[in-house]
Amino acid sequence: MSGKTTGVAHQVLSSAGLLALIAILGTGLLAAVNELTRERIAEQERQALIRQLGRVLPEGAYDNDPLGDTLTLRHDSLSRNDGAVRVYRARKGEQPVAVVFDHVAPDGYNGDIQLLTSILADGRISGVRVVSHRETPGLGDPIEAERSDWILAFTGRSLEDPEPEHWGVTRDGGVFDQFTGATITPRAVVEAVQRALEYHQANRDALYRRNEQKRDD
Amino acid sequence: MDGLWHQNTGLVVLLGLCPLLAVTGTVVNGLGLGLATLLTLVASNLSVSWLRGLLRPEIRIPAFVLIIASVVTVIQLLMQAFVHDLYRVLGIFIPLIVTNCAIIGRAEAFASRHHPLAAMVDGLATGLGFCLTLVLLGALRELLGRGTLLSQAHLMFGEAGRALELTVLPHYEGFLLAILPPGAFIGLGLLVAARNWLQTRRSRRSTVLNKALGAA
Repeated sequence: MSGKTTGVAHQVLSSAGLLALIAILGTGLLAAVNELTRERIAEQERQALIRQLGRVLPEGAYDNDPLGDTLTLRHDSLSRNDGAVRVYRARKGEQPVAVVFDHVAPDGYNGDIQLLTSILADGRISGVRVVSHRETPGLGDPIEAERSDWILAFTGRSLEDPEPEHWGVTRDGGVFDQFTGATITPRAVVEAVQRALEYHQANRDALYRRNEQKRDD
Repeated sequence: MDGLWHQNTGLVVLLGLCPLLAVTGTVVNGLGLGLATLLTLVASNLSVSWLRGLLRPEIRIPAFVLIIASVVTVIQLLMQAFVHDLYRVLGIFIPLIVTNCAIIGRAEAFASRHHPLAAMVDGLATGLGFCLTLVLLGALRELLGRGTLLSQAHLMFGEAGRALELTVLPHYEGFLLAILPPGAFIGLGLLVAARNWLQTRRSRRSTVLNKALGAA
């Protein structure tokens, strides 16, 4: 009887030990690979961000590192549910050049559309790009610069050009085209860009202020 | 070697359909996930086979899960470090390789009972079969849906990959159904049908041949 119990206990313990051993081996392997790849992954992410910022910012117009000159703010008009919005600031010397909003259009056909919108100090747009989205392939994805030129239509626009009543897609009496079969996607992007412009107009000086966490609520 | 044709994961066993259907909008996406799954299968089969002397029946399933999860996470980290753009496209489907039942299936049915070399070959064959299915389905859907092949190849092969991009049907309007999820199901159905047709034709031919030989 007791011999049998010891046998069972022994078996359970050695099984548990074996599983623990495998878990330790697996974890060790993961820790090692993580250690080896961590810096490379961080660098890759940085490079990807630099490439994206380079596409929206005017080339050669700034001499600082916008990645190192950022601001985090919270505002309902720029994200969903009061989420954090990152702002990258480009300067030439001490002169403000542009701010890039990493913001969200919350009302896409399939949820959030993440955008980078670069607004020059004079209130004109120097570029908009879609960072990520889940819009319908083939219908909503012409918002990607790789698929169509649509997103380039924002370049040079400002709150006065076109006038506020024409800031919208054609269906709503605006100047921006919609796509065949998709109005919701471009409408979401147009409105999100307009909201970024409005925020910029209302908070321009605060946006360029150095080294201060700005909260607007 | 059955994994390539007779027991093809995607077309016969019909395992791992979630990633199969979700990422096959283009050839490049299919190939990316296919290769990642292939690597996982080989690595997990190898590890399971090495450890098979230690594994008792009552703990083998949790042990398989631990091994496969570690292997997939390693592959995910490596992809993030070395093919970052492709990793961004395939996103959540990489960790989901863990849930591909084909992998635990091969670990249980084959690797835990065979020599590491045999297990590796089995992983290779099963993975290749799965990868080919993904690429075929991706090609079918990309061609019908967008009229291109291998678009965005630079995500995988670097800038040189741009030369591989083919526009097969210029000025093609696109066929939305092929890109959307229902197109994945229809496309997979067509591939399964095509495989079955080839299979019956082949076996019928061999029975006819056998009969003829028997009569002679």
